[in-house]
Amino acid sequence: MSEKIIMSETEIKRALTRIAHEIVERNKGCEDLVFVGMQTRGLPLAQRLAAQIEAFEAVPVPVGSLDISFYRDDLASLDLRHIVQRTDIPVHISGKRLVLVDDVLFTGRSIRAALDALIDFGRPRDIQLMVLVDRGHRQLPIRADYVGKNIPTSIQEDIQVRLKEIDGRDEVALIFGEQT
Amino acid sequence: MRTNSLIKMERHHIIDLDDFSQEEIALIFATTDAMKEILSREIRRVPTLRGKTIVTLFYEPSTRTRVSFELAAKNLGADVVNVTSSTASVAKGESIIDTMRTLEALGADVIVIRHFQSGVPCLMAQHLQISVINAGDGCHAHPSQALLDLYTIREKLGHIEGLKVVIVGDILHSRVARSNIWGLSAMGAQVVLCGPPTLIPQELRRPQPLKGGECPFPPLTIQENLDRALEEADVVMVLRLQKERQEGGLLPSLREYIQLYQLNSARLSRAHLHALVMHPGPMNEGIEITPEVAHGPQSVVEDQVTNGVAVRMALLYMVTGGKG
Repeated sequence: MSEKIIMSETEIKRALTRIAHEIVERNKGCEDLVFVGMQTRGLPLAQRLAAQIEAFEAVPVPVGSLDISFYRDDLASLDLRHIVQRTDIPVHISGKRLVLVDDVLFTGRSIRAALDALIDFGRPRDIQLMVLVDRGHRQLPIRADYVGKNIPTSIQEDIQVRLKEIDGRDEVALIFGEQT
Repeated sequence: MRTNSLIKMERHHIIDLDDFSQEEIALIFATTDAMKEILSREIRRVPTLRGKTIVTLFYEPSTRTRVSFELAAKNLGADVVNVTSSTASVAKGESIIDTMRTLEALGADVIVIRHFQSGVPCLMAQHLQISVINAGDGCHAHPSQALLDLYTIREKLGHIEGLKVVIVGDILHSRVARSNIWGLSAMGAQVVLCGPPTLIPQELRRPQPLKGGECPFPPLTIQENLDRALEEADVVMVLRLQKERQEGGLLPSLREYIQLYQLNSARLSRAHLHALVMHPGPMNEGIEITPEVAHGPQSVVEDQVTNGVAVRMALLYMVTGGKG
């Protein structure tokens, strides 16, 4: 297995700054905005976006966390050691504009599960999707509204997003194995 | 000696806590935390076990455990079928293994069983492909009750390791006590058993190592004087005096039992101020516990019931998720 760094710390920072502005522009401000970070790495990304927006708009944006374990369609293949993480939606989401935040968009199945989970909490005005990396290979009709970087991959490759809050450093790596 | 494959099999079934490690119990706690979040929502239901069928098969009367498992399964979106011994073909003479095989063939994914005979769930687990969860068998084990007790202690006191936990009452007939001894010991608590000498079984009094060198029970302390046992206690678990099992002359009189072993306010004041009072229910108020203590500020009996649903959701999730 080898890996290639395809986004550096600076590139991640720039992408998040751009997206923070896009979100405010598209929503004409940040009234009623709520960020929901998907466990594990969507959560720090959501927190960073909220911090950026607060810095230039001077308005705090609530950030929630979501674990989709209970909504997955592949329960049978789950690792028994998988730890279910915290779901914490701090505000009533009915009528709000939700931005769902995840690190990698791949098949779209996690997003499908997240949409089901969010709808159990209420009826938001709309749900938008932000991902740091879109690697393609969708199996469901789902697309992102905000994308850090589009990275075409082959199905055998893997994308790893590493974030300071969890992994100690910021970078995105493309993992590819020699074909056997 | 236990092998890895055996541990894996027993995770597919939940029979007792005797082979659960601290890490496994911590994993159940983490999953239970997530389940409690679901219980705090307006709509307390997730679709996790949609399409799965959970059968509760009870050969002994029970309200709270059966309802708790049923609610747990329904909160996770499963279908639930309740069978009691009066409605089962057992009344027509069918053997329990045949009953279980029939339920398996009908498409059950998990069987939650309670039986008056110790060892029945274990026997079932050996004969069935589907998951078996023991909801109490004879005097042997009641793992989901012990797990909800452990979870409640951790929730209220922050940790379990190093705590002094006094289990008082009819230890002899108590599957709750036996499962708690395993769980508490795995989590590093100090277990003190207290009760009349006739209600403390020999195997707990002086655990003799078995042939393989394994001890039948972990080390614990026995203190027959309740006042002394309660000193410095962090948790007091009061057991129900099983009046239906006292015909063999194990107690001189109910009055003497009350005099020596009832948990009342004066006795409780010997324990730490933060000490929790627990009871697996149903309570005989005025016998093993006074009403003031049972419903007093230190009682966490209702938390035990609430946490029971979350713990059982976690167990159902974990045995079902492990398949495939």
